[in-house]
Amino acid sequence: MTGNKKTGWVSVLAGLAAFAAPAAAMALDGKVPDPAADWNHLFGHVLIDIIIIGVVFGGWAAYMLVKYRATAPGQIGQGPKLSVAQAISLAVIPAVVFMADDFYLAANGWVLWNTQRTVPVGALEVKVVANQFYWDFDFGNGVTATNEIKVPVGKPVVLRMTSNDVVHSFGIPDFRIKEDAVPGRKTFLWFVAQKPGRYLATCGEYCGMSHAQMGAWIEAVPQADFDAWIKSQQHASAAPAASASNS
Amino acid sequence: MKTLKEWVFSTDHKRIGILYLIGSFAAFGLAGIAALIIRLQQYSPGMDIAQGQAYYNALYFHAAAMILAFLIPGLTGFFGNYFLPIMIGAKDMAFPRLNAFSVWLYLMGVVLALISMAMPDAPDVLWTGYPPYSIRTTANTAFYVFTVHLMGFSSIVGAINILVTVICMRAPGVGWNQLPVLVWTLLGSLTINLIFIPVLGAAVTLLLTDKYMGTHFFDAAAGGDPVLYQNLFWFYSHPAVYVIFLPAMGILFEVISTMGQNPVFNYKAAVYGGVFGIAGLSGEVWVHHLYTSGMPDWIRIGMTVTTLMISVPVGVMLISLWGTLYKAALRYNVAMYYAVACLFFLLIGGLTGIPLAMVSMTVHLAKTAYVHAHFHYVMALFATFSIFSGVYFWFPKMTGRFADTMLGKVGFWLSFIGANVTFAPLFVVGVAGMPRRYWDYDQFPAWFADYHHVATYGAFIMGAGMLVALANFVYCAFAGQKCASTNPWNSNSLEWTHTVNPPGPGNFLHDVSVPAGWSPYYYGAK
Repeated sequence: MTGNKKTGWVSVLAGLAAFAAPAAAMALDGKVPDPAADWNHLFGHVLIDIIIIGVVFGGWAAYMLVKYRATAPGQIGQGPKLSVAQAISLAVIPAVVFMADDFYLAANGWVLWNTQRTVPVGALEVKVVANQFYWDFDFGNGVTATNEIKVPVGKPVVLRMTSNDVVHSFGIPDFRIKEDAVPGRKTFLWFVAQKPGRYLATCGEYCGMSHAQMGAWIEAVPQADFDAWIKSQQHASAAPAASASNS
Repeated sequence: MKTLKEWVFSTDHKRIGILYLIGSFAAFGLAGIAALIIRLQQYSPGMDIAQGQAYYNALYFHAAAMILAFLIPGLTGFFGNYFLPIMIGAKDMAFPRLNAFSVWLYLMGVVLALISMAMPDAPDVLWTGYPPYSIRTTANTAFYVFTVHLMGFSSIVGAINILVTVICMRAPGVGWNQLPVLVWTLLGSLTINLIFIPVLGAAVTLLLTDKYMGTHFFDAAAGGDPVLYQNLFWFYSHPAVYVIFLPAMGILFEVISTMGQNPVFNYKAAVYGGVFGIAGLSGEVWVHHLYTSGMPDWIRIGMTVTTLMISVPVGVMLISLWGTLYKAALRYNVAMYYAVACLFFLLIGGLTGIPLAMVSMTVHLAKTAYVHAHFHYVMALFATFSIFSGVYFWFPKMTGRFADTMLGKVGFWLSFIGANVTFAPLFVVGVAGMPRRYWDYDQFPAWFADYHHVATYGAFIMGAGMLVALANFVYCAFAGQKCASTNPWNSNSLEWTHTVNPPGPGNFLHDVSVPAGWSPYYYGAK
């Protein structure tokens, strides 16, 4: 019993110590937060937490399963008879330890959740409409794209999403974020690409037989390249409209 | 012919229990075949075993049959019907004919689910049936709805029956604090069923009227809301996880306590903390299935806390289970092998659920193979191995014969190794972003396929193990070694001490009454 109690607290304390630093830094320095890195960081800590609990309980069970084998036929177990005080404390103490761990995890999860749900000022706004089985993007100023977009490196991008038909879910594994696109609702997610590259976005919610093919590519490029791309897209979309008015 | 008639029209709770067992194992086998088809298709990108529609038909059947036709009826229907009345010293259930009604409703539900595999427009809505897809699809959503109705109605009827039986029909002297833990867990499980199934019934009925009668409950364009369905669905279907989890835990308590000849450790904490706590919290956590569905931020963080809190009653129960091992005199038979595997699955499955309880972690992990691996560990593997443990444990009780130990061990090791080889790799690709429910994954890094190869091999190893176990049950029910003792494991529970193997009609030769201070977990000198 004491083994469990101790480990619970050790993991709580270790986790709290490890967390104090980055959480404080994030709040103070005023830079754009990096939710994907924060996600990896927190996931690492949750993994340590659950591995400690798993090893303690698993090792404890394995030890007892080997140690308390019957050695003679007809042998009876010698489990203790608990007094009322023992019985209550053996329920309440583990409960308090588990609860402490829960609150510790919930509190750290909440810190990241606030980051994930607070869109940084000046983020690039992109409207997204999901369809069976493709993604329409609208950058405003007449710039639209389907399934392939570019975004500037280092600049937060917020996707304002809805769906034209069924429920879809826009997830970018590399950015550790996902949110459903739901008919009749406006949902959002935001991300920031730290490095140039092509990032895959997948549809997460089952939407029909081609669900597995419903992907999009997000290409993170330097700001100048992004501006050029926007300009060329504006040009491309303006051209047919101009020629139509001429004729 | 006479025998057939005896079974079809039987109101004996033991025969009804066996019918539940046959139905659930049949569903388990077929849903297992569907699982192999799914794994073959995911073996590598570009496979052509079951693409598109066929893949989703298989997914629908696998999930609906495993959950609605195998796990829930196997645990509450079979264990609840066959053993619960004998464990409390009752001659039969409170309402035997209602009991027959519930098993036949259930078997008709299984038949309906089976027909859906052979029809041209089989449901492709997964077992969740989310609108608007389930309304817009040309496939037959009605079959899904009716299958849920039949199974749900059967569960409600069965729940009322078993609850009344435990409340009113305990033998003189069998008090609330002397009930086997399995009976308590079934009470918790069936209370959850009774409260929450009607909500699921309502949800799928609204789906039916939306699709076929032109109502607009889930139609956003007409002012409805698709997320309403998700809320209603998970308001039952998350508690359903505990409908499965609780009796599976109960079986472990019976097996481990008896095979260790050691009383359940801190019984009252396990019952009043564990069972009551889990049942009480079960209805306050469903939004963790909707973490990315566009629910308000405040409820997502609120349900993070309630979901994490589930670890408190589960932890209290776990301490009792672990404590039951303390200073035990453990004897290892096949039932005990399965029970030990369950402890392992419980740890892996339970602990991998902790990140999923946290909304900020789940925005990445949701809908990936990580979720898929997590719930297969905690629900599919844990509960299935617990069912197998229970069937091996009570096999002499049901048949008067032993199941074969050698075959049992072969089946166990194949299943156990196969299970881990199947699901461990899925955690890894899941964290890397592999979505669930994809029949092709060309767009992902090539190394994903290596992990899917391994998972597919594992599935076939596990399938072979389950097949050996099922063959063992069928063969040994008729030709196994006879069990001379009525109480081969030296239990003190009424189903072993007060009746023969198998019990006849009326269960007991004489009316049962137990002396003051009797406990099903007393193993001392008789």
